[in-house]
Amino acid sequence: MTTAATDLRLDSRQAATGRRQRRIGGVLLAVENVSLRFGGVQALSGVSFDVRQGEIRAIIGPNGAGKSSMLNVINGFYQPQEGSFVWKGERLARMRPHLAATLGIARTFQNIALFKGMTTLDNIMTGRILKMRASFLEQALWWGRARREELAHRAFVERIIDFLEIQHIRHTPVGKLPYGLQKRVELARALAMEPELLLLDEPMAGMNLEEKEDMCRFILDVNEEFGTTVVLIEHDMGVVMDISDRVVVLDYGKLLADGTPDEVRNDPRVIEAYLGLVHD
Amino acid sequence: MIYRETGQFKASYAADQAIFRLVEDRIGMGAILFLAFVVMPLVGSQYWLETIMLPFLIYSLAAIGLNLLTGYAGQLSLGTGGFMACGAFSAYKLATAFPDLHVLLVLVLAGSITAAVGILFGLPSLRIKGFYLAVATLAAQFFLLWLFNRVPWFTNYSSSGVISAPPLAIFGDIWVTGFEATPVAKYLFTLSLVSILALAAKNMTRLKIGRAWMAIRDMDIAAEIIGIRPMTTKLSAFAISSFYCGIAGALWAFVYTGAVEALAFEINVSFRVLFMIIIGGLGTICGSFMGAAFIVLLPIFLNNTLLALGLAEAVALASHLEAMIMGALIIFFLIVEPHGLARLWQILKEKLRRWPFPY
Repeated sequence: MTTAATDLRLDSRQAATGRRQRRIGGVLLAVENVSLRFGGVQALSGVSFDVRQGEIRAIIGPNGAGKSSMLNVINGFYQPQEGSFVWKGERLARMRPHLAATLGIARTFQNIALFKGMTTLDNIMTGRILKMRASFLEQALWWGRARREELAHRAFVERIIDFLEIQHIRHTPVGKLPYGLQKRVELARALAMEPELLLLDEPMAGMNLEEKEDMCRFILDVNEEFGTTVVLIEHDMGVVMDISDRVVVLDYGKLLADGTPDEVRNDPRVIEAYLGLVHD
Repeated sequence: MIYRETGQFKASYAADQAIFRLVEDRIGMGAILFLAFVVMPLVGSQYWLETIMLPFLIYSLAAIGLNLLTGYAGQLSLGTGGFMACGAFSAYKLATAFPDLHVLLVLVLAGSITAAVGILFGLPSLRIKGFYLAVATLAAQFFLLWLFNRVPWFTNYSSSGVISAPPLAIFGDIWVTGFEATPVAKYLFTLSLVSILALAAKNMTRLKIGRAWMAIRDMDIAAEIIGIRPMTTKLSAFAISSFYCGIAGALWAFVYTGAVEALAFEINVSFRVLFMIIIGGLGTICGSFMGAAFIVLLPIFLNNTLLALGLAEAVALASHLEAMIMGALIIFFLIVEPHGLARLWQILKEKLRRWPFPY
């Protein structure tokens, strides 16, 4: 490993210890009283929580608690039967995927959802599509705005490629990449949208320790350097308690606890949900 | 060691985004264009230009059209023949209603009308996918053919149902349709049009719209969450694909055959074009040309070789043999490389990087 990369790692470690200096702003997104049903299954019932600008917010809970459903509701993929959103102080009755994307909500998926037939570069470039304005005629002629935009966005995407250290796989079709790298490319695609809110659905699932450390470093760096607000679902409690500012705990679709990692860790209801009640 | 990127450094993103990134690619393409534009018209006989090259080029154009829709946007369609008929009949109506209209304008307008029809028949794609969509697009094929066959207005009340192309000139007295058109003029006109449209297709597929198509093809949920609208993306694929097929149909009726009836665009044509893109390679522009060459040129070549070698005395026997050999070759190529001839070509290029060394 080069010294530069080691330095970077040290930097983020130091940053991780001194992270309270980051500026955490007002409420970016508030989810209010969201209920979601699939037929007779109550996936979410009356869940409310808020996400502040610049923080790392974790959602945890046992399997089937409704964590992924919550993310799907936030980016408009599922329509909840009840509930509303407040985005930067503005009330939104319903969320749609396209609206979420225009507001600046990006996400990654639990089981990688990359475009398998395209190269890494093309995959990341799709994240810039919303920012492209060229008409199809200009594109057909490789002329005017189409050409200018393409090159400007390429330059931007190259910065993300550098940042996530995936230069060597730029022109490789993503279907051929190993799992850990695919996860990274997916993060890159989400970052290409320049999101204000980044939703990460189990970004470290199935990774070994080293890959997890890398991914943590990237998440922390994204949060600190770009000020991106992060909401993540993760099962690795060590990771969650280390990097998140506040934690939401869901169980059976209900909000069980909400607070700092320390508060949540010592909450008897959380302990009960995870470990079961101790009977005397 | 013949074909390699070593030493070819890219100093700008523009150079790195070029279609032909390597000098070898540019030389190869230049050679093909030189052969097609200069050598072919000089040495090609009327038989070569009119009977071999014209259908090859027109089928290539239709294959590009279908490839944009099926190969890039992932929407399976069996309506190609119907859309080609739509292009042919719109061009005929336009050229007869407005005799002063320039031939290029006729073609572009015919393509645009077909694009609108394509959007209409693409609407089911918003709800259904895959094989089911293919069956739904069959509706376009049968309905459009029925329409052109049964409604006499489309053929200007011709009793035979045949439309014959009025003479049209590209400029001055250089005729590209009708009796006065020379084979060279027809060939060069079609070749230029196909080249320009192929380049435009290549550009679209490597930019925003093409990436949106491929994103919808590969993972529609993720595409939607990135902000790609499935509806506009799918319908734009139908529109642009039909535009290409419409122009191909118009060229078929006007430049290649000169006179055509609706039955010339029956379901067989749709299947032929679909086979071309499957054998040539889904999601590649050069594969469309390779597939068209395979399906259009190879039978003619086989037939002539069989007759010339004296292996088959009678013409009938030759065509039976030809069908058998073609069938065997199709199976052979699909087993060797299911991703088509374009993929074979790519593998060959990768091999050439280190040839003559084994690794």
